[in-house]
Amino acid sequence: MTEGPLLRVDGLGHRFGRVVACDDIAFELFPGEVLGVVGESGSGKTTLLNCLAGRLQPTTGQVLYDMRATGLSDVYGLSEPERRLLMRTDWGFVTQNPRDALRMDISAGGNVGERLMVNGARNYGAIRNGATDWLERVELDTSRIDDRPATFSGGMQQRLQIAKTLVVQPRLVFMDEPTGGLDVSVQARLLDLLRGLVGDLGLSAIIVTHDLAVVRLLADRLMVMRHGQAVEQGLTDQVLDDPHHAYTQLLVSSVLQP
Amino acid sequence: MTQMIRLEDLAKTFVLHLQGRTELPVFENLDLTVEQGECLALTGPSGAGKSTLLRSLCGNYLPDRGRALIRHDGEMLDLVAAPPRAILTARRLTLGYVSQFLRVIPRIPTVDIVAEPAVTLGMERDAARTKAAALLSRLNIGAELHALAPATFSGGEQQRVNVARGFIVNYPILLLDEPTASLDAANRDVVVDLILEARERGAAIVGIFHDEAVRKRVADRTFDLLPQQAAA
Amino acid sequence: MNDTVESSGKRPGDPAYNFGYLDEQTKRMIRRGLLKAVAIPGYQVPFGSREMPLPCGWGTGGIQVTAAIIGPQDRLKVIDQGADDTTNAVSIRRFFARVTEVETTEETSAATIIQTRHRIPEADLRDDQVIVYQVPVPEPLRQLEPREAECRKIHAWSEYGIMHVGLYEDVARWGEIARTYDYPVMVNTRYLAAPSPIPKFDNPKMTGMAALQLFGAGREKRLYAIPPYTEVTSLDFEDHPFTVQRWGESCGLCGAGDSFLDEVILDDQGERLFVCSDSDHCRKRREEGHRGALAGHEEIRALEQADPA
Repeated sequence: MTEGPLLRVDGLGHRFGRVVACDDIAFELFPGEVLGVVGESGSGKTTLLNCLAGRLQPTTGQVLYDMRATGLSDVYGLSEPERRLLMRTDWGFVTQNPRDALRMDISAGGNVGERLMVNGARNYGAIRNGATDWLERVELDTSRIDDRPATFSGGMQQRLQIAKTLVVQPRLVFMDEPTGGLDVSVQARLLDLLRGLVGDLGLSAIIVTHDLAVVRLLADRLMVMRHGQAVEQGLTDQVLDDPHHAYTQLLVSSVLQP
Repeated sequence: MTQMIRLEDLAKTFVLHLQGRTELPVFENLDLTVEQGECLALTGPSGAGKSTLLRSLCGNYLPDRGRALIRHDGEMLDLVAAPPRAILTARRLTLGYVSQFLRVIPRIPTVDIVAEPAVTLGMERDAARTKAAALLSRLNIGAELHALAPATFSGGEQQRVNVARGFIVNYPILLLDEPTASLDAANRDVVVDLILEARERGAAIVGIFHDEAVRKRVADRTFDLLPQQAAA
Repeated sequence: MNDTVESSGKRPGDPAYNFGYLDEQTKRMIRRGLLKAVAIPGYQVPFGSREMPLPCGWGTGGIQVTAAIIGPQDRLKVIDQGADDTTNAVSIRRFFARVTEVETTEETSAATIIQTRHRIPEADLRDDQVIVYQVPVPEPLRQLEPREAECRKIHAWSEYGIMHVGLYEDVARWGEIARTYDYPVMVNTRYLAAPSPIPKFDNPKMTGMAALQLFGAGREKRLYAIPPYTEVTSLDFEDHPFTVQRWGESCGLCGAGDSFLDEVILDDQGERLFVCSDSDHCRKRREEGHRGALAGHEEIRALEQADPA
């Protein structure tokens, strides 16, 4: 494999005042890899994700991303407009609560088409076709393209958010508990969808979750976080089936078996 | 003969932090080689570490020391030191693994579960499904079951789905963990035939076969694992 | 700019008030803001909007701009929805007459400053004229992006696609871009601006206009400007291009077929009449001899005497 990493993280840490949220995180992510970050509440995983995704400047360390034009570049060394452009072209971010990312008073089609329009699309027909296409891909009824998200169920809103995020064909997608808060059967179908899309589009992704079943299904690699530290990292099935660290063993043994 | 697997000074001890840091040594100073076209049977009493060794050979378990080299893409790849993406590529292209338990990705039809490894390698989906169906039929899983998810299948049926999934691609290395357990005589014979065919085409095979008759038919040699002393 | 109060030696207007009502420092502050606005066409310049003798929402922004630039030699025209004789136009004209004693006029071509609410006059304006627009909401993105900080970033980095989302919604819902007034424009190919609630019919007049266009929003405390001969384009889609309103009728009084028409209900039976919204334009055409279909009609003569809206 001669291709370099898509993302390189060095000595990344963030503190809020005296509280250390995450500390000394380091890894490389290669194209097509899905990294799961698991931890319980307070582990620092969400802070980490925000630092990685350009949303929160870390107090220490670097996040380097392989920019198309300039190669590995410090994400926080970019100017704000450059970073904003990156975040709506090469990157995507799926939040736990789709209502945080959707415009609730704009139609589904308008939501999906928004990023296309911000990136310069000026043909209504083409924008609408693109939106329809993506609604199909996330298995939403395309006849609802003009309906507002407020009329959708939670699972449908999450699918809409995924469509809105993937419409620009990003290379790297960050997800924060993408199936959290949804009914079990809805979660299951959504995970199937994500798994399919990640595979089909060759996406790289970093998924933060507390749910080990989600990482087993979606992630190639796993990072276990506790009190802001990455206590164990490796191949997903290896970390879950042969956990070395005490905390990982605790986590794995705590999962309820139905 | 080309060396396909080489284990050097391999050691594995489980540390159970939740049980007062109990240490369970499995093996140490383990050296082993397997050539192309050779079938090696791991033997030894229950708990001796046969499954552990097999899982270490596909990266599912991580040894503490030593090297676990497999021939992948023309080079020897050390599974102990390799990054996750290298191990995943090796599993896609080189390593076939038939385990005792089918950890199913739910809601996927049986024929697609079996076809998946071939599709991942670039085979056209319909062609892969056809091949999968043929293999399932050979293993006496009727066509009416192909479209169903295997969650409700019997133990023996699930085992045969596992086997089919391991044999749909001509892997250079095959790891088989009790492939004939839960199978009746007729199906056992089918699996033995599959193993022999694989050996014939040059696959290096490492397997655990509790059934002595099966072992005698497929294995060229055996490797005995002795139980280690548990830490006091 | 015309002579200041100091240099002319005379102090016109009501002695209880400074010339133009505002004190000199305030006028200077507004002029500085206007200079900045002219230097950055379409960019919203914050300014210290003052208490005026009429409430916000009644044109205080436009009045402050006019008060800052008006001088004794100016001739002021004030229109509201195109007419000089609606209540608001009359009040504002009287206000300036009282605090400046400048000449006022209803003739577009005779004015040096035209303060307007919701219309651009039909007559072409000249490079010695200034048009001052009254603006309720200066931020064209307001309905789509409620966060002020985010709006400023959008303007700073020209990330204007979000405005097209609004237009997309129109086409999705109505089959066409439905907004007919305050139609968003790109000024000088750089800043997205709200032209104020003029009908989209008037948007094409803005581009390349010889007169200076100044915009004042009193409640929102913003000034902006379009210098003479600046490019102003209305937003649209490639496959849904910008179009102006058209009527099947022409003006019942002067026969104009190409001006913006108001609809007037004549009686309880629903008799209606279309007349030019721009009263000065209509009057001029009639003076030149143009006649509309209903020009000689009894009721129209009565209406004319009562000054049609």
